[in-house]
Amino acid sequence: MARRTKKIRVTVNGERYDKEVSPSKSLLDFLRMDLNLTGTKEGCGEGECGACSIIMDGKLVDSCLILAVEADGQKIQTIEGISRHDRLHPLQKAFAEKGAAQCGYCTPGMIMAAKYLLDHHPLPTAEQALKAIAGNLCRCTGYGSIVDAVLSAAKER
Amino acid sequence: MKGIDYFAPPRIEEAVSLLRRYGKKAALMAGGTDFLLRLERGLVAPRVVVDLKKIRDLRGIQSSRAGLKIGAATLMEEIASSRLVQTRYAILAKGAASVGSIQTRNRATLGGNLCNASPAADTASPLIALGGRARIAGAKRVREVLLEEFFLAPGKTCLQANELLKEIFIPSPLQRSAGAFHRCTRTAMDIALVNCAVFLSLTPKGEIVQEIRIALGAVAPTPVRVQAAEDVLRGKKPDEKMIEEAADCAAAGVRPIDDVRSSASYRRAMVRVLTKRAIEEALKEAGREA
Repeated sequence: MARRTKKIRVTVNGERYDKEVSPSKSLLDFLRMDLNLTGTKEGCGEGECGACSIIMDGKLVDSCLILAVEADGQKIQTIEGISRHDRLHPLQKAFAEKGAAQCGYCTPGMIMAAKYLLDHHPLPTAEQALKAIAGNLCRCTGYGSIVDAVLSAAKER
Repeated sequence: MKGIDYFAPPRIEEAVSLLRRYGKKAALMAGGTDFLLRLERGLVAPRVVVDLKKIRDLRGIQSSRAGLKIGAATLMEEIASSRLVQTRYAILAKGAASVGSIQTRNRATLGGNLCNASPAADTASPLIALGGRARIAGAKRVREVLLEEFFLAPGKTCLQANELLKEIFIPSPLQRSAGAFHRCTRTAMDIALVNCAVFLSLTPKGEIVQEIRIALGAVAPTPVRVQAAEDVLRGKKPDEKMIEEAADCAAAGVRPIDDVRSSASYRRAMVRVLTKRAIEEALKEAGREA
């Protein structure tokens, strides 16, 4: 059998990392454990809740359903990478202002899903915003304030 | 999922030779959205994972006069948002768009959806209705089977050891063709309780059903084509009574089960409703195609 770890090179939030990983490690665990980027959350671990949403290769994906080895050569953006220095991203500001978080566990995934939406549709309708977060579950606030925050961030930008 | 080894070969031949080398110890993976769950739960325990995503020949949508070719590792979202698929093969775009969330569709592939051989696969019934064929690559040659013959049982396809699904081919539709895809679920994200795809062509004057295919998902061990229902309409000038009869035939021809999502009798009732709606919608659309 060949060696049990694989070398990967990934760019996360603009920073390049060369790491050795076990082929069975999820990208989510890699981000949280190996890179200490714990903003991305594990909810269900089954691709149902979207708490682990990140943007890889320009696409919104659930990092729990990807192996770290699959990310070799890719560019990744996580919740830690969307603010500029100390300035929050308009979505982060809007979520805070509109009270679009209660326990906050779904928030990083929600914001990444919303960012993916705004990257493609800078001025979405409420329906588009709701559809964009269809893969993200929130069990506290409901979705009204989240959609409000997304729409208000879109206007802000 | 301890101690697996991972390969991401760049070419089909290399993937096939890995299959030959490792035999039953190897598992193919495309998007991984289903496969990694099964790996995590210990439902599969391969020693080697062969990732197909780096193989260029397995990706992309290509159109020719003969029809449409879709590589097995093409993303669901690429299919769902392809203008070409949306206009000429709309039921496939609808089927692909109803798979999971955007996060899933950005990762899951057409070939993965088909090779998992779930009876509820939302791309299977549209492809069967469109007369789609699976092109399968082996060590020596590529063979072709009609998609309705591709599925053998839940989780089981006609792929032999050392074979992989290369692409799907859909023949160009006849003039005055149209389809419809309907699906019922409890929530937007859920797996289909029942899905139904109809694709039909009318004669040039637009009165007689020249060709029709009706396919259903989640109501038998595999996605199924209901030929008895098609026969009610093929070669006929359809009327309300005939459509009802075809829908009854479809409901009589399936073998649904009771499970956590739905009872068998509800599924059967929904087969009748969805089939009727899909036939009516397809007829209306095809009639408009002058």
